[in-house]
Amino acid sequence: MINGIFNTYKSYLCYIMKILFSIALLFAINTTVQSQDFETLNFKELKPIFHLQNDTTYVINFWAMWCKPCVEELPEFEHIRKSYENTKVKVLLVSLDFGSKVEERLSRFLMKKNINAEVVILDDPDANSWIGKVDDEWDGALPATVVYKKDKRKFFARKVTYSELAETIDNLNR
Amino acid sequence: MMKKILFLSFLLLSAVAIHAQGYKVGDSATDFKLKNIDGKHISLADYKDAKGFVVIFTCNHCPYAVAYEDRIIDIDKKYKKKGFPVIAINPNDPAVVPGDSFEGMQKRAKEKGFTFPYLFDAKQEVYKNFGATKTPHVYILSKNGKNLKVEYIGTIDNNYKDASKVSTKYVEDAINSLLMNKKPAVTYTKAIGCSIKTKG
Repeated sequence: MINGIFNTYKSYLCYIMKILFSIALLFAINTTVQSQDFETLNFKELKPIFHLQNDTTYVINFWAMWCKPCVEELPEFEHIRKSYENTKVKVLLVSLDFGSKVEERLSRFLMKKNINAEVVILDDPDANSWIGKVDDEWDGALPATVVYKKDKRKFFARKVTYSELAETIDNLNR
Repeated sequence: MMKKILFLSFLLLSAVAIHAQGYKVGDSATDFKLKNIDGKHISLADYKDAKGFVVIFTCNHCPYAVAYEDRIIDIDKKYKKKGFPVIAINPNDPAVVPGDSFEGMQKRAKEKGFTFPYLFDAKQEVYKNFGATKTPHVYILSKNGKNLKVEYIGTIDNNYKDASKVSTKYVEDAINSLLMNKKPAVTYTKAIGCSIKTKG
């Protein structure tokens, strides 16, 4: 009898533990879904993306969360991504954000702004060594955007609009 | 065909227009008169004993500018007594970035204990003359009589994130060369920065 009670109590405890565990698991899954993983690259690792020789048109934007004009133009890139979804156009957002918990902040920011384009973090503080390799014309002011297909490319050292980007992409594919 | 020619000439013209704006290394710089955070107006001509200047376009809001604040103070402390004071200029339009207002500049300078003048380019003419495009953006000038010569344009050093990991101090190296009456080994670098904010 005593043993029986003990067993019920034990299984009750077990049951509670199971529920708690499931809740914890749910939270864990939820947060992994929420926090998008970003690749953090140095320029040497990022560089090949500027020189691909395939049929895809690449739209690569340098930006940061604190950069006002960058944030203003983000929806234009998202719009391009959606409009050209079923074509060979790839939008890549290269974030230059730095500081504590940068991935977490970035993830929250993109979710809030509803930006679903691919994002990588460029962490290469010797900027003079790589700015000119993105484009000769670029002197390092943010934002900046490269649009290219094979050897044809256009560079914007300023904020761009959807129509400018669309026109550039269409020109490169003419 | 005609369209193409027109387009090409437009490209050429705009390229010339872009290049014509701003100083290149070796150019003569024009003096300016801008309001300092203490309310007084400052010109480079006021510095009778200076051998040159470290003119830095910078601001309050930009994380790159913030990352360099302590290093700019150090450069001023080290080189002011040797004849190369720092002259900081905020080129941004506060109507676009409220944090870069004159009051914002006064506040930031006080918080950080700036040892150098922090001038406000209220008409946004001085940065255009220089050809500055971002903050922070450095122009080192040497002074010979009344003539100001652009000796170096670019970034402060080779690590914007972490001062302790800097291995090349472009600005200090250039001033050290000038102090020995030598031409700096590196006269131009590309600086990462926040674009200068204007309404236009």
